[in-house]
Amino acid sequence: MGVGIKVEHLNAWFGKTQALHDISMDVPANRATAVIGPSGCGKSTFVRCLNRMHETVPDAHAAGKVRMGDVDVYNGTTAVQIRRRIGMVFQKPNPFPTMSIYDNVAAGLKLNGFRHRHRLDEIVERSLKLSALGDEVKDTLRKKSGASLSGGQQQRLCIARALAVEPQVLLMDEPCSALDPISTGKIEELIFQLKEKFTIVIVTHNMQQASRVAEFTGFFLLGKLIEFDKTEKIFTTPSDKRTEDYITGRFG
Amino acid sequence: MPGPQPVAKAEVVSNSGAPSEPLIKAGSSHIADRVFYFAMLACGLCVLALVGLIVYELITKSSLSWRAFGWRFFFRSEWDPVNEQFGAWPFVYGTVVSSILALLLAVPLAIGVAVFITEMCPRWLKGPLAFTTELLAAIPSVIYGLWAIFVLVPLLRAYVEPFLARYFGWTGLFGGPFYGIGMLAAGVILAIMVVPIISSITREVMTAVPQQQREAVLALGATRWEMIRTGVLRNARAGILGGIILGLGRALGETMAVTMVIGNRPEIARSLFAPGYTMASVIANEFSEATTDTYLSALVEVGLALFLVTIIVNILAQVLVWSVTRGAPARGHA
Amino acid sequence: MPEIAATSEFTAGPISLWRRVVNSLVTCAAAAAVFLVLLPLGAIFAYLVYKGISSLNWAFLTQTPKPVGEAGGGMANAIAGSALILLIASAMGVPVGIGAGVYLAEYGQTRLGDFIRFTADVLNGVPSIVVGIVAYAIVVLTQGHFSALAGGVALAIMMIPTITRTTEEMLLLVPNAVREAAYGLGVSRWRTVLSITLRTATSGVITGVMLAFARVAGETAPLLFTAFGNQYWNWKINQPTAALSLQVFTYAISPFDEWHRQAWAGALILIILIVVAVSAVRLVAGRGMLKGAN
Repeated sequence: MGVGIKVEHLNAWFGKTQALHDISMDVPANRATAVIGPSGCGKSTFVRCLNRMHETVPDAHAAGKVRMGDVDVYNGTTAVQIRRRIGMVFQKPNPFPTMSIYDNVAAGLKLNGFRHRHRLDEIVERSLKLSALGDEVKDTLRKKSGASLSGGQQQRLCIARALAVEPQVLLMDEPCSALDPISTGKIEELIFQLKEKFTIVIVTHNMQQASRVAEFTGFFLLGKLIEFDKTEKIFTTPSDKRTEDYITGRFG
Repeated sequence: MPGPQPVAKAEVVSNSGAPSEPLIKAGSSHIADRVFYFAMLACGLCVLALVGLIVYELITKSSLSWRAFGWRFFFRSEWDPVNEQFGAWPFVYGTVVSSILALLLAVPLAIGVAVFITEMCPRWLKGPLAFTTELLAAIPSVIYGLWAIFVLVPLLRAYVEPFLARYFGWTGLFGGPFYGIGMLAAGVILAIMVVPIISSITREVMTAVPQQQREAVLALGATRWEMIRTGVLRNARAGILGGIILGLGRALGETMAVTMVIGNRPEIARSLFAPGYTMASVIANEFSEATTDTYLSALVEVGLALFLVTIIVNILAQVLVWSVTRGAPARGHA
Repeated sequence: MPEIAATSEFTAGPISLWRRVVNSLVTCAAAAAVFLVLLPLGAIFAYLVYKGISSLNWAFLTQTPKPVGEAGGGMANAIAGSALILLIASAMGVPVGIGAGVYLAEYGQTRLGDFIRFTADVLNGVPSIVVGIVAYAIVVLTQGHFSALAGGVALAIMMIPTITRTTEEMLLLVPNAVREAAYGLGVSRWRTVLSITLRTATSGVITGVMLAFARVAGETAPLLFTAFGNQYWNWKINQPTAALSLQVFTYAISPFDEWHRQAWAGALILIILIVVAVSAVRLVAGRGMLKGAN
């Protein structure tokens, strides 16, 4: 089962430029939470702070408190360890180009010292099923390289890879923006099913997508969290004028 | 907002890996990361250490000769191991003359080849032609030398040198007896060896000139050659010069082929037919037979000078090439 | 506006006959240059084959040199010696070169990194005879005798800068998205570099190694007073050792016809080995560095 994430007074910088200002948010467990806002508002930065990927950029740092369940993400554990419990799917699908489909899915386990080789088959199969890719690649698991699939399939492969290590939270940074509508639809279906096992945070610039898949939504603007509430409320009766302007298309 | 119906395919297997027991041992990789970093750093520092070592060894092992002869070492002509009198001027002269001769022959050829491949060649021929010129660069020096001794030198002796003596002897450059072996042979074989470098750099900088430059000149009604001259070569000038200087650097340090055909006599003569000696050749020929410490030290000092000269030349060349391919954009774009 | 010569040169009236003639002449000159450059290339290969083949026989490949004046004998020990020296050189040069390349690509965006890059380029330009002097000073002088080890050290010094720069280049070609995917899975930095980044760039890195190998395989100057040469078989790294390039040189400058013939044969073998290495490099590089990646 997934766990929730509690964010308190999170600030983030790229060098001297501050990208996030005092964000506080409660991401509920086993739900999908959407993060929306215009370009450059800090939504990707926010999500990347949750699994400490923000630190991989040179000169970038963050301050504040992020708790995943009862684990303090910044002070209670290392970045490497927390990333094994929070999975991430990126905007552009990035399967490992020299590995087969099987090896891609198993990569997270193998590279982290997974000891039970005999269970790998089972886990790979299950992950591929979870990401709805299983049937399409059943026969070519070991023969085809991860990069030879179509865009939508590659993204589902990346989802399978992220799921194989059994994280508790899955972060998705605009996972469908590089995909065609049909693949997008398949991935949105996926999110519905994944919600039962994982907590999902999905960044999206597509408001319709947010209203389709997420129970909760947070609206970001210029590095600040403007409003966070049930999706239904955000899209029908937002409290803040800026939210309303964004929803109705006045900017962004 | 109703969502699409969940597809029946995905079975949600009851979670066998409960979150309290993660699949992967959560070990700390911090130590391993640091060890890895230091190991890689050590390899990088090795590169620095090697150059430092080279400088150190060259300086210390040549100090004997330096103390004995000082600066004049490079301006004296006496090379007499028996009496321990050493002067490196003939080698400096030989190195400079053979390299300049090589460049005089190589530069027009190399630029011609580069121009042909880049601007005039049919598309299907480009690849194979480029590959074959690069093949020239892969031939080892000793094989060039072998071919030079048994093919080039007889050719020079039988046809080229008599021709030059008869029609150009008045210049004073082509006088005296000719045996084929000598400065001219060294210059020719060096030229052949240096063409691929100059040509490939020239090609690289010519290709780096943006297409708009060519089109702008063509649109004004220029012929192809005029377009190349003003639209490409002029813009790539610095880079081509860099390539030439890089070729010079290669020619200065070239050892085997030159040793095999230059005659190896520490003499200075005006005629290109006469034998000569280069800095690299004297080291190659006499190092393992240097009997005394001073002798060896003198040779190392020659090596040190060679090292310094080639370093400076190479750095100059790199700066020039860099300025065209990656640095300042080509002058004169809108 | 692009800077060009005075426009009247190009735009005054129809193209004059003179300009067209010059254009054609230049094209001919360029083609002639190509011909003149390819001529020696063809001649060298032709002579190598023509003169080398006739002396190439089984005895040549399996025997050691006969004493001066006697016919027959071969360069078997030189071929083996070259292999030994190259093995030693690779054992030292390849790991250090790749390690330095990894450092530059993954940790080298600093002043120190720039300095190392610059130094590697400097090292690349050091004449091979000077490298020989240094290897002599470090190994031969300390040990008191010539050796295959000394030759290996000299060649390793020459291999390192090439391998370093090509490894760095190939690693930098790996898209950052691939690294991020690994970090996102909680893979540690060192593991990512080794198992993901380096693995993705493998064929390119191998290309660099083989290029460096091909370059030093034909070197003679640095071996002149390090490995020194040997009439007999030698497998010990601490003894003077024969090398193919050395043997070709010694025979070529000798006054004996028999040795001249063998020099051609030896040169032919040497060039075959190098062409094979260079072509293999092209084959590997042609197949693309990243399988299936865009």
